[in-house]
Amino acid sequence: MATFDNPFDADRRLKPAGCSCGGHASQAEHDFHAQRQLQCVPVASEEKRYEGVVASALMRKIFPRDATRRAFMKSVGASTALAALSQVFPLKTATEVFAQGGALEKKDLKVGFIPITCGTPIIMAQPMGFYAKHGLNVEVIKTAGWAVIRDKTLNKEYDAAHMLSPMPLAITLGAGSNSIPYTAPAIENINGQAITLSIKHKDKRDPKSWKGFKFAVPFDYSMHNYLLRYYLAEHGLDPDSDVQIRAVPPPEMVANLRADNLDGFLGPDPMNQRAVYDGVGFIHVLSKDIWEGHPCCVFAASKEFVTTMPNTYAALLKSIIDATAFATKAENRKQIAEAIAPANYLNQPVTVLEQILTGTFADGLGSVQKVANRVDFDPFPWESFAVWIMTQMKRWGQIKGEVDYAAVAKQVFLATDTTRLMKEVGLTPPTTTSKTFVVMGKTFDPAKPEDYIKSFAIKRSA
Amino acid sequence: MTIPMGLRAALVSVVLFLAFVLAWHLATRGTGPVQQMDPEYAKLMGATATQGKSAMPGPLDVGSKIFEHLKRPFYDNGPNDKGLGIQLAYSIARVGIGYLLAVLVAVPIGFLIGMSPLMSRALDPFIQVLKPISPLAWMPLALYTIKDSGISSIFVIFICSLWPMLINTAFGVAAVRKEWLNVARTLEVGTFRRAFTIILPAAAPTILTGMRISIGIAWLVIVAAEMLVGGTGIGYFVWNEWNNLSITNVITAILVIGVVGMVLDQMLARLARLVTFPE
Repeated sequence: MATFDNPFDADRRLKPAGCSCGGHASQAEHDFHAQRQLQCVPVASEEKRYEGVVASALMRKIFPRDATRRAFMKSVGASTALAALSQVFPLKTATEVFAQGGALEKKDLKVGFIPITCGTPIIMAQPMGFYAKHGLNVEVIKTAGWAVIRDKTLNKEYDAAHMLSPMPLAITLGAGSNSIPYTAPAIENINGQAITLSIKHKDKRDPKSWKGFKFAVPFDYSMHNYLLRYYLAEHGLDPDSDVQIRAVPPPEMVANLRADNLDGFLGPDPMNQRAVYDGVGFIHVLSKDIWEGHPCCVFAASKEFVTTMPNTYAALLKSIIDATAFATKAENRKQIAEAIAPANYLNQPVTVLEQILTGTFADGLGSVQKVANRVDFDPFPWESFAVWIMTQMKRWGQIKGEVDYAAVAKQVFLATDTTRLMKEVGLTPPTTTSKTFVVMGKTFDPAKPEDYIKSFAIKRSA
Repeated sequence: MTIPMGLRAALVSVVLFLAFVLAWHLATRGTGPVQQMDPEYAKLMGATATQGKSAMPGPLDVGSKIFEHLKRPFYDNGPNDKGLGIQLAYSIARVGIGYLLAVLVAVPIGFLIGMSPLMSRALDPFIQVLKPISPLAWMPLALYTIKDSGISSIFVIFICSLWPMLINTAFGVAAVRKEWLNVARTLEVGTFRRAFTIILPAAAPTILTGMRISIGIAWLVIVAAEMLVGGTGIGYFVWNEWNNLSITNVITAILVIGVVGMVLDQMLARLARLVTFPE
């Protein structure tokens, strides 16, 4: 593209001609090449890329006629030209300002989180300096529960928050609160949950023997609720009449398991590993074995925040995407576990967090299991995730009536925003925003949500 | 030689305390069942599973934890991890504000109810219905309408500590000796002068008893409110340590809550003694 071309190259044409990026003779040729190129051309570093952009703009202004610029380059050479330019124009400063993407409207932000490993990118970004890197001063505030985090974000005590993936959808649709447009531009984690049963049930591994059990999930509008119900329904149990499912805050799940108030729970880590660590439970099945790659928690912000403070929002999202990219690498996981263990963040023993993040863990039944992607981090908010969540909400009667699945998904899970910002931090976003996936052996096609709901034997909707 | 009563009572208290601590220590010292597990697995498990250590901490653990907290009461590691002193200060500040507001509302209305039999009967049904409502039931409503968690906590303290003061003030005012009121009538004393110079001093002991009960309730409520809402405060501290299943810290917090409650109560007891008069 002309913008990213080297302006000190005597042999290249700088002005765009023929096609939108300036690198091809015609638009048709450009389209042909664009389709084949799924990745951005790698650059030495972000700073180099931005430097080139600013220098380009400058040169085009100084030399409106390209032929003059090329003649100039040929006569003095690139380095002299750069030196001369830097004398009259502060190139480095201009580059920095451009890289920031506009002035931040608000630097001091409050982001709420629940102390579970699902929110790792949001939490680790504070002690590991990702927020500071993008110019923000963010305070991450531990919150007592999902309902409180929802209330505090709605009344603007928090600028943005860690939420369960169905929550922004529920808030936008007006289920369980006033209808306020919310957005979920980034998924915090995929996988990372498990069904943990009380140790006294270690011989009852077959779900068909679970009639009459009392289960807990963190919140009614949560992936945990939908995954548990899906799992039970696939094994022939009706989640509303054959078992009891209640909403229990995650920290209380382990205590309730020990006190025999619960037979099991589908909950977030570190509760599963903590139950094993304390000897009160065992891990029956990891959520990644129910649906590999399922979303769990999201980073959510109100539409108002996104539209009134776009630069702050972009910087915040970039920090989180950066942190997520850092967390994807297996070699960083141990360091992350140590950073988020103290009382100010998760307040858990480091070994519990290490077991969760590295995937080498004790399963409660005497063996050490090695599942590398027990929890994983991928920020891209697939719109098809949103559609699946809404089909399950409809299946269990949480929302009724006609739902425009595609429109709500697009409105809430901001896949296009995230695509742009992922590219800016050097990640490779997917080229589409929707995909099919398989849940417990059954394929889900986001283009046919109503058929999917109708295909289940156990459901609450008509 | 007779030992004075105060000393005897103190001795009995100390003996009871030591007996309790001893029983606690014996109960938590024993080990539970331990499964055989291979060393790699054991490294990943906690003390309860590997050594059968009791999940309840013993008095020595709690004692050392309390000492640790007292050594550094004012540290600040960030918004979610502050020293015990800072957490208590926040809670006491909230209690102070909510309680003062309650006093400002309860005492005048109590006077009104006590002096006017009409208002007493008219307001009675409202008081009876609102009085038994738990603070935790007020909390969601407060959060929804007030939209600020700090002010909601203060409102909840206000609404719950209001009632004992109100009722006691009304009772105290209504129970002023008829002879004194008759003398006032003979001397043709005006209503306000009567209220401030005769009724207030006469009802003061009862009013202060009501205030003493209310401060206990206010302190109770703040812990519950903070557990629900979070932020900084002793209730939040209990909840944060509960997250980590650190029973040692929870017990420490409970003891601290009890001690502070006792101190607040004693302060009001002193105040009450200032206004008491022999009958």
